[in-house]
Amino acid sequence: MSFPANVSLNHAAIVETKEALGETTLMADASRIVDFCRYLKDEQKFNRLCSITAVDWHPAEPRFEVVYHLHAVEPAPTGSTPAVRRLRVKCRVSGTNPEIDSVTGVWRAANWYERETFDMFGITFRGHPDLKRILMPLDWEGYPLRKDYPTHGYKYSYKGEEAK
Amino acid sequence: MKQPLEDHVATIAALQEPPASPSAPRRMTLNMGPQHPSTHGVLRIVIELEGETIKKADPDIGFLHTGIEKQCEAINWAQAVTLTDRVDYLSNLANNLVYALTVEKLLQLEIPPKAQWMRVMLCEIDRLNSHLVWLGTHALDIGAMSMFFYCFREREEVLRLKEMFSGQRMMTSYIRPGGLALEPPRGWAQAVGKFIRQFPGRVDEYENLLDNNPIWKIRTQGVGFISIEDMLDLGVTGPMIRAAGIPLDVRKTEPYSSYEKFDFTIPTRTENDVYSRYRVRLEEMRQSARIVVQALEGMPEGPWQADAPHVVLPDREKMKTQMEALIYHFKIVTEGYRVPAGEVFQAVESPRGEIAYYAVSDGTSKPYRLHMRTPSFGNLQALPALLEGTLIADSIASLGSMDFVLGDTDR
Repeated sequence: MSFPANVSLNHAAIVETKEALGETTLMADASRIVDFCRYLKDEQKFNRLCSITAVDWHPAEPRFEVVYHLHAVEPAPTGSTPAVRRLRVKCRVSGTNPEIDSVTGVWRAANWYERETFDMFGITFRGHPDLKRILMPLDWEGYPLRKDYPTHGYKYSYKGEEAK
Repeated sequence: MKQPLEDHVATIAALQEPPASPSAPRRMTLNMGPQHPSTHGVLRIVIELEGETIKKADPDIGFLHTGIEKQCEAINWAQAVTLTDRVDYLSNLANNLVYALTVEKLLQLEIPPKAQWMRVMLCEIDRLNSHLVWLGTHALDIGAMSMFFYCFREREEVLRLKEMFSGQRMMTSYIRPGGLALEPPRGWAQAVGKFIRQFPGRVDEYENLLDNNPIWKIRTQGVGFISIEDMLDLGVTGPMIRAAGIPLDVRKTEPYSSYEKFDFTIPTRTENDVYSRYRVRLEEMRQSARIVVQALEGMPEGPWQADAPHVVLPDREKMKTQMEALIYHFKIVTEGYRVPAGEVFQAVESPRGEIAYYAVSDGTSKPYRLHMRTPSFGNLQALPALLEGTLIADSIASLGSMDFVLGDTDR
């Protein structure tokens, strides 16, 4: 995997840079994520958004980490392999009223990934054009991938477990 | 959100209302799916029509959501490999492989060359399986019925090979963290060789059947265009983007599992229509057959599992004679192996595009988080861009050319 080690990133939103197992992770300031993503796309040429997801560190605070995987595909002459770079950007988001700005304005691919993250974790993406559930039914209660959500849901309980 | 279902019903009802002025074109809302045969699974698309032109297409997914990511958090690292099979029923080995590579990266395991080559060979055979099902069903959608029988004839042979290796025809779980699940069976090389040497001739046969068919050409050429800029912006991968001229393939750009040692090319086209996607997949089948032949001829000798007794289940014979092997077996089966804390991201090229797993470990024997970035989910997002402005009759051909699997989309 070609995570860039040699790219010099210089932006005020970067809080911390981590290198582990050959992968680069940037911790970014959640309040400036759109600015930062625009910088990464326009100046660092990360033209493809691979995915957006989140990790729930319940009961720690800030509870959520929103994870962006970026991919830079450089145009190559016909017949040759394009050079690619990958980068992971993470933002910490509080557990009470989790909110972060939407990056749909930077990459349109963010649309469904943000809807999925909202559906699974209950993180609101401000400025998203159509933020509604995507995988679960529209009237579903709760956010399934949160750590305090039981694997079998709230509706049913099994022997030895109390229904919530 | 307040009463989301009622809101949704109201939105649908509003779409059905007559136009504001009598001269404005009347729009009709058409609900396609979730049981429509050409959606290949349970995909619902709400299509708005003006005459026969699609003005708006709104895909509705989630009917096949089984919570695989959540379930993975409840079982241990060794057990989760069986769930990765069930993500994409047409390329389960690619899913096994990406999971195995992710866990091996966290464990920093060294995989012996024979296992790596075996993985490459099996994944390419599985790519043939997936492309055969695609070609057969896609041609069936457009009306070329006999293709289905030809493609499923070869697919049956692929399934027999998979059964020979693992005892299972589809959900093989054959590639596991640490190597392979079982020792390759006796006579595997002859069986694979027999299949793969006659396969290129079969591809020529498909080509003859379709390329000399004027109806096939009329239905596919110049249909289903989507601009390269849209594709990159919407995160499209796989044969879709290669048919637009970008040779984006993880096997070449970020080689894994010894792919750099194989000689193959990434077929691309520039027409960017349904026909070029068919040509790309056809050519990919030939390239996959080339890779399998190379793997057969140059298969290295040696062990097929990593030398990591704390991860790999011991040999049955050793369990009966060595106490350590019995202890390791007991530990792996009861508690599972512990994976050092950390996070990794690994991408591989599945028949549909880039499949990437992002795993977070907290140092225990269960995954803390396993995110699956699946190619069908990424590609399906481009569906409105692909359908809007085209004719309703072309929508089936355009849909089929994306080659999505709904299990892969909804997970």
